[in-house]
Amino acid sequence: MNTIMLAGDLAKAGGAVGAGIAALGAGVGIGQIGKGAVEAIARQPEAMSDIRANMILTAAFVEGVALFAVIAGILAIFV
Amino acid sequence: MSYKRIFSLFVVVLGLSLSANAVFAQEPVASPVSAEAAPAPAEKKGINITELVFGHVSDSHEWHWFSLKNADGTEHPYASPLPMIIYQPGIGLSVFSSSKFEEWHKDADGKRISNVYNGLYIEKNMKEKVLAVVDGSKVYDLSITKNVLSMLIGVFILLWAMTSAAKKYKTDKIAAPKGFQNAVEVLVIFIRDEVAKPNLGNKYLKFMPLLLTIFFFIWINNLLGLLPGGANFTGNIAVTACLALIAFIVMMANSNKHFWGHLLNPPNVPFLVKCLLVLIEVMSLCIKPVALMIRLFANMLAGHIVILSVICLIFIFALMNVYVGGGFVIVSLAFSIFMFMLELLVAVIQAFIFANLTAVFIGQAIEEAHHDAHGHEDEAIIL
Repeated sequence: MNTIMLAGDLAKAGGAVGAGIAALGAGVGIGQIGKGAVEAIARQPEAMSDIRANMILTAAFVEGVALFAVIAGILAIFV
Repeated sequence: MSYKRIFSLFVVVLGLSLSANAVFAQEPVASPVSAEAAPAPAEKKGINITELVFGHVSDSHEWHWFSLKNADGTEHPYASPLPMIIYQPGIGLSVFSSSKFEEWHKDADGKRISNVYNGLYIEKNMKEKVLAVVDGSKVYDLSITKNVLSMLIGVFILLWAMTSAAKKYKTDKIAAPKGFQNAVEVLVIFIRDEVAKPNLGNKYLKFMPLLLTIFFFIWINNLLGLLPGGANFTGNIAVTACLALIAFIVMMANSNKHFWGHLLNPPNVPFLVKCLLVLIEVMSLCIKPVALMIRLFANMLAGHIVILSVICLIFIFALMNVYVGGGFVIVSLAFSIFMFMLELLVAVIQAFIFANLTAVFIGQAIEEAHHDAHGHEDEAIIL
């Protein structure tokens, strides 16, 4: 039984799967950041605002990396 | 006081120019489905999600507000035409309104082609391109497009807000800050103490105008893009490329010998590792501004696309069944309100990150050598 996938459809599938895997990576990464931040606040509640600022900053970096992959996926679909 | 009057005048002029020749400028455009050969599955009954979403996030020569359905089912777009400024070598500069391009048809590839005016026509695929009828002749498009106008509005808001706050300091240097000055002070001190001083040391004053401009410019344009009918300015890669280029130029212009020495000749490193390290360092030198560019672009574009897609889901569900569509409105609204809140946060965070990373890179470039008095500074102190 022959299943033919056209090149264009394969590119779209690849783009979507890639973006999904990137979301996985971002979820794991930001989860780790949150875990570290919450544990640090539990150990030293006075440092809460410092920790919170660093957590948000680092989460934005990780999200940026995930969005690089989303852009690669968009490029795969439309280019 | 004069700034208030200039601003009011600006608003009046802008409003008149946009509305006076705008609203009924376009001919009805035939519903885009019938001639489409594209394989998108949302094509079934008349919503082309790709065209909707990308029409909203991409640049265009007119400012499209909304489209209403005529009695015969065709769409009547309501848009404000913007000035088109085209330079053709040999013919010179032509300035005209984009309402001259009002008849669109689809060509064989599915691209939309406008009518010809003055030997020029617009081809709209994902982006609008102005081409000359005579094949191959160069056309330089310097028009005031939607993004350019949005940028000018953002620039005007920034200038007006900042200069009016700054004037108050000139007139009375030691009075307590009043009103908007309070907010500006908090933000400027935040940039100075969290971004500039830690990264740039005692040379921070020289770079404060750049960092403040980057931060406020990106923030204001991010916010303007979130307004209904707003233009997706920072979600355009050309824009973020220019911002990253500026950061790169400042970084290079202020780099000193110590920086280049460490880059091309890392000390205390075996030779083979040195070869590899130099390659990596030079690559990272170029990749850092590229990462800046892509980070801001991707964050803004992704946010806009998610919000638009969530709202388009209502229409997709409505095509299946009107009641399902109606019921889905609540879910879609809740999710898109959540996304809007997130986008507000992302707007300020991405502006902060861009400014912060620019400060970090400039700080790396202007770092002076540490003068170790005896060569060993980090020895453990044994009590």
